Amino acid sequence: MPNPFASPATPSVADLAVKARAIRRDIVTMVHRANSGHIGGSLSATEIMVALFHGIMRHDPQQPRWPGRDRFVLSKGHCSPVYYALLADCGYFPRTDLETFRRPGSHLQGHPSQGRTPGIDASTGTLGLGLSTACGLALAAKLRGETHTVFVLCGDGEQQEGQIWEAAMFAHKYQLDHLIAFTDRNRLQTDGDTEEVMPLDPLAEKWRAFGWSSWEIDGHDFVQIAAAVARARAEPGRPAMIIANTTKGRGVSFMENVASWHGTPPTADEHARALAELNHAAA
Amino acid sequence: MPPLKQTRQGYVDALLELAPVLPQLVVLDADVAKATKTCDFEKKYPARFFNCGTAEQNELSVAAGLALEGFIPFATTFAMFATTRAGDQLRNSICYPKANVKVVGSHAGITTGGDGASHQACEDLAITRALPHLTVLVPGDYEEARQATHAAARHVGPVYLRLGRDAYPVVPELHDGFIIGRAKCLRDGNDVTLVSTGIMASEVLAAATLLAADGVSVRVLHYPTLKPLDPEPLLRAAHETRGFVTAEEHSIVGGLGEAVASFLAEHHPAPLRRIGVRDVFGQSGHAAELLDLYGLRARDIVRAARAVLATSVPVAAK
Repeated sequence: MPNPFASPATPSVADLAVKARAIRRDIVTMVHRANSGHIGGSLSATEIMVALFHGIMRHDPQQPRWPGRDRFVLSKGHCSPVYYALLADCGYFPRTDLETFRRPGSHLQGHPSQGRTPGIDASTGTLGLGLSTACGLALAAKLRGETHTVFVLCGDGEQQEGQIWEAAMFAHKYQLDHLIAFTDRNRLQTDGDTEEVMPLDPLAEKWRAFGWSSWEIDGHDFVQIAAAVARARAEPGRPAMIIANTTKGRGVSFMENVASWHGTPPTADEHARALAELNHAAA
Repeated sequence: MPPLKQTRQGYVDALLELAPVLPQLVVLDADVAKATKTCDFEKKYPARFFNCGTAEQNELSVAAGLALEGFIPFATTFAMFATTRAGDQLRNSICYPKANVKVVGSHAGITTGGDGASHQACEDLAITRALPHLTVLVPGDYEEARQATHAAARHVGPVYLRLGRDAYPVVPELHDGFIIGRAKCLRDGNDVTLVSTGIMASEVLAAATLLAADGVSVRVLHYPTLKPLDPEPLLRAAHETRGFVTAEEHSIVGGLGEAVASFLAEHHPAPLRRIGVRDVFGQSGHAAELLDLYGLRARDIVRAARAVLATSVPVAAK
């Protein structure tokens, strides 16, 4: 099937950086307005998400179910704010819908709901399910000889779930090489430092031991993100887990590396200060 | 003695019938393919069979992913694992997004036998009944399981199909077509109504014969679809008979008995007794011994029916 997506010129890194700041403003505003939601892990994943939706993935907001599109699964489903901000920015639904996040009647549920929100390929929420669902999407493509890629964004704390490692074995067994996953390695989970709550390191070694390609990058560097996807695509026969080292709360000084910003909404004052920082950075 | 056949064999025979005409159909298992009989499917269609290993959580979520892409996955494992070990995945990967997955739980109930309580799923119907979007099918013998599998494959939406390990009596009264959501009236009568689901159909029919020999007029309803529950036969029986006995190879908590009781309580209160596993864990033993031990026999149903009749008034006097 031909790609109907009228491919725009590949955006420059500077363009993407501007885009990332705008997405971050949407994230803090959505969570402030809803008075609930997950800011820290949305801010840490912003560059990965911007790179995927504005450069790497083939997709068409006018045809959300286009069979030839690359799929995306947000396995760390609680970070829906960054996902919704990107989908709105791409034109899957009006930006004003972001004002309804977590409100009754809204299609923007606390966690992504497939079938409700245009552009969402899989419902996620309870941790560990998304990577397995993505394995099903990738297996379906393989059975049909389709060449699209299935992208996944996992949390790091999420990898304490046993199901993640069930999926790891499955993807290796069935050689799901069109499965490219990122770990948003921000090193913080709800109760604190991942290495204190339940140690994950050495994470890339674990994935390699399970038969995946896996290595570390700077998850806030657009060039490294794009290069990592190119490298993952160049390795046939294996799924890839790109460990993207990030800063939780990235872009808002008082939220960076503070575990309590995992799931705390900003007050009006904090919201204003966050926007001021993000606007200032844009200047 | 009627011939004995396995419901799980009916399931796999149906899969083999469906495979040539339903190219989207694929089968997943979790290292129990020899026990669930899906190994027969694997032999014939190896490219459409995926053994997920002992990893039922991944199995159910992978099945959801396949369904989102238009496949019709039959995710097969033991009922115990499908509904408890992988309960989150059943709920959030399959039911919530209405993924067109058929979750097949074999070796349900105490007739799993020797493996003991750890493997005897007696709460799977309580769990699956509580999940929105999920259709719950509980066939009573080989042929009804075969027909239920065909119906599940044609139905768009998530289905839970409950199967057993043992060979169970063939009940010809169950073979007259399978429509999801439709109960079957196996005997007509106006003293007491016996309601069965799954393999209890044969015990209920035996109980009806015993009661009829004593001059009791017995109505027998069979519910191979537990959800959605067919309301009309219950409502009619509530008007036309003096009370109910439900019978299930499942806990009395959350299964057929509670489904019927809550329906009647809201629409036409009537005396009711529940036959089932009485909120206890099972134990190892032969299936027949355990049916005796946990009170799931025709004689237990007869006793319950007499209790209902003793505490109720004839319809004419109502």
